[in-house]
Amino acid sequence: MAFGMYLVIFFIFGALCIAGALNLLLQRHPINSALSLIVVMTSLAVLYLLLGAEFLAAAQIIVYSGAVMVLFTFVIMLLNAGEEERTRGSRAAYLVGFPGVAALLGILTYIFLSVRAPLGNAQLGGGTLVTTSDLSRVLFRDLLLPFEVTSVLILVAILGAVALARKDS
Amino acid sequence: MNGLHLWLIPILPLAGFLLNGLLGHRLPKALVSTNALLFTAAPFLLVLHVYTSFSALSLPYIERHSAWIATSAFHADFAFALDQLTLVMLLIVTGVGFLIHVYSVGYMAHEEGYWRFFAYLNLFMFFMLTLVLAENFLLMFVGWEGVGLASYLLIGFYFKKHSAVRAGIKAFVVNRIGDFGFLLAMFLLIIHFGTLSFSEVTSQIAQHPDWHGGVLTAIALLLVLGATGKSAQIPLYIWLPDAMEGPTPVSALIHAATMVTAGVYMVVRTHALFDRAPLALTVVAVIGAATAFFAATVGIVQTDIKRVLAYSTISQLGYMFLACGAAAYSAAIFHLLTHAFFKALLFLAAGSVIHAVGGEQDMRLMGGLRRYIPVTFWTMTMAVFAISGFPPFAGFFSKDEILAEVFRSPNGGPLLWTVGVVTAAITSFYMFRLWYLTFFGRLRLPSEAAAPHGAPPAALDDQLVATAHSIDGHPAQAHGIHESPWSMLLPLVLLAFLSFTGGWIGIPHALGGSDRFAHFLDPVTHGTGVPASFEQVSIAMRTGAPIPTTEPPTKPEDPQTERVLTGCSVLAALLGWLLADTLYRRKPQLPARMAASSRMLYGLVLNKYWIDEVYAFLVVKPILVISRYILWGGFDRGVVGGGNRVLAGAAQGAGSVLRRIQSGNIRSYAGWLAIGAAAILLLSFFGFGTHIHMGVR
Amino acid sequence: MFVPIAYYLVLSAILFTIGVAAFLIKRNIITVFMSIELMLNAVNLTFVAFAHQWHQVSGQIFVFFVMVVAAAEAAVGLAIIIAIFRARSTLNVDQVNLMKL
Repeated sequence: MAFGMYLVIFFIFGALCIAGALNLLLQRHPINSALSLIVVMTSLAVLYLLLGAEFLAAAQIIVYSGAVMVLFTFVIMLLNAGEEERTRGSRAAYLVGFPGVAALLGILTYIFLSVRAPLGNAQLGGGTLVTTSDLSRVLFRDLLLPFEVTSVLILVAILGAVALARKDS
Repeated sequence: MNGLHLWLIPILPLAGFLLNGLLGHRLPKALVSTNALLFTAAPFLLVLHVYTSFSALSLPYIERHSAWIATSAFHADFAFALDQLTLVMLLIVTGVGFLIHVYSVGYMAHEEGYWRFFAYLNLFMFFMLTLVLAENFLLMFVGWEGVGLASYLLIGFYFKKHSAVRAGIKAFVVNRIGDFGFLLAMFLLIIHFGTLSFSEVTSQIAQHPDWHGGVLTAIALLLVLGATGKSAQIPLYIWLPDAMEGPTPVSALIHAATMVTAGVYMVVRTHALFDRAPLALTVVAVIGAATAFFAATVGIVQTDIKRVLAYSTISQLGYMFLACGAAAYSAAIFHLLTHAFFKALLFLAAGSVIHAVGGEQDMRLMGGLRRYIPVTFWTMTMAVFAISGFPPFAGFFSKDEILAEVFRSPNGGPLLWTVGVVTAAITSFYMFRLWYLTFFGRLRLPSEAAAPHGAPPAALDDQLVATAHSIDGHPAQAHGIHESPWSMLLPLVLLAFLSFTGGWIGIPHALGGSDRFAHFLDPVTHGTGVPASFEQVSIAMRTGAPIPTTEPPTKPEDPQTERVLTGCSVLAALLGWLLADTLYRRKPQLPARMAASSRMLYGLVLNKYWIDEVYAFLVVKPILVISRYILWGGFDRGVVGGGNRVLAGAAQGAGSVLRRIQSGNIRSYAGWLAIGAAAILLLSFFGFGTHIHMGVR
Repeated sequence: MFVPIAYYLVLSAILFTIGVAAFLIKRNIITVFMSIELMLNAVNLTFVAFAHQWHQVSGQIFVFFVMVVAAAEAAVGLAIIIAIFRARSTLNVDQVNLMKL
């Protein structure tokens, strides 16, 4: 059935996401972590498609996997980051962080699963697909100002990055 | 006439104070004195203007400026009130004040801190004028406290002298005890009358003829406590003799003519209250008589010229209190007026004497000065005759009126009259003693004081010492003694004239006069709307009859009795003079022999009955112990300091614990972030801060 | 069958917590930074899921802006990391602790 396929695709790519994330956690060399993150990003793009966000899926691949992660990879290679040493970890992080994280996960999962019925299903088809024109209509009409401000933000970021990373000569 | 601008009268000296106080140390002395004199003469001229337009005013003339306390239950204004009593006081304060300012220009010419002196004097004038012009108790209290402050500043003017500083503190603290009584009286007034305005209190008492005793007695007694502090009566007189540490003009102005009379003024101003509280009036009379007698006895053996005058002041204030206690309010004010003249003159002349002999104040080292300082001598003679009560000098008429009223009053009677007459004799005695010791006989000064200013004659030392005690005022050895400059002598002459003529406005009927002064003050002491006089109240209370609301017809006077009483008082004065003449002029070796024969009595009186020591032991020492060990050691260091230490320790401990969060370690920061986020999420899950709708809208 | 929205949310929660865990565990600054990107992506997924549920475009707009800002932040952050590396010659998070009290 076509509809059941969505569930299957969801589970496959969801599993890929989680696997990539866990790999990021477990690998010792940062370049491996970076590559795992690329996997996560790409899987997420597919999931966006499943949710009817076609523009975002494309943007995810182009911007995130294609630009940001490449930047990360460049920096790793530039700084010649090696494998992580086993230095003594912060006790606070272990004592406080893990229980917190576990609690966080537990709570969130509980909340989300308890409202599973009221939330409904992700149904593709009909008017649920958000096209690029829908998006751009909102973006360039109602939210024109934030859009322009964001472009200024990017400009500032460029300047900042250049200024910070420059060699003091 | 659009407004008398009464507010200018106190404000002008205040302006003088600010000018001299802020800029004085940079100005030349001439400018400082001009400032001070200007801002003292101006109020005097204003008061004269008020006096000339007095008959056109509707009295009491009240000038309201703004509300001070304005609540629904109670209000008090910044308001000045003018009536006959105020006018008399204003004339005294500004007139005598101005003369003393003129005198100070000469007297203080060589002192450092010249500008400070005049600034403080102007400040005093401001507060005193506020006190006198006040329309309600609260504003009067401002002036009351202020003159105490000015007195402290001026007594401790020579602040490098330890004894002067301590005298200033003593004056202030003792005054404070009296002020406490004044404050309590004000609170009681607010509770029971709902107002602090003099006129409203008086009218309320007038409207309730059945009010007497009880609360009114309490209020009156508390006011008396305040008055004893300010006017140096028993038991709070102890500060006045020590206040002589201040410069002589200060003693003249503050501790003779004006500040110490504030207590008497206050009693007369609130006499409506006192008339309804016979017990309080009796207390006042007894305190007055006792103080007058007691201070006079101490005065007869003092050797410092200013101390004699200090005890004389206390004694004369006792007379004024006695008059108030006998409900003879206009007599009290009359004596206040004449006393201001001759006492200020006495102090200023004493200052001139001290100035002439180069700072010596011990009368045993003076003598024969009448040849060197004739103007001072003659003016002081006028004052001595005035205070002793010889006709036709001023003091005679006022003192005589007091004694006559005391004899007649239901609160006085022959006993208090006798005390008064005996005190008059003693007064005459010690004043003439002072006169003889200072101006007659031979000069007993040691050589340094007799030398010309600024040139210690080292070679002449032995010669002068040899001749100092032998010859009567040899001109060759005493060329250092000189008369004071005209700036000091002019006020003396003016005050002498006033001491001579000042009493003539109050010549009683019995002696052929018209008693103008008492009649002038009648609207204040016996006016319509003023409740029944004291005599009526006491008669009514004694016979159980209802207190009448109207004034009785004029009391039938008995001129015959009055003339006899007058004769007695003149006789007493003559007796005192005779005794002084015997002991200090004709047989000068007699006093020493008398002192030696009654050593214990003499010692007791010389040391002022050891009252200061008794107070120190009974009151001062326990307070010091309590303050040092309980309040400071126990409470301040233990409780407050301990609390401080606990708090500081807690803060420090908390800080050193919380400091570990800032470890610089990014990962521990991350850990705290994570747990913080989890906590927020948890809290919002349970509904704190936000509302999570579990349903789909 | 259709995928319940809740599953997307749970997936996003899991990704987020893995990101937090990586943030706490890893010692290399760059890896820590990458875990931040992972967290952002998890949140993006949540936004898109809700945008789909409410049939609103604004969720996707938000994701758009998040992406932009994350990109800018990545650039600046990496520049800072380069600067730190030049100063301290290490990429170990524990050794960048000059701000210790």
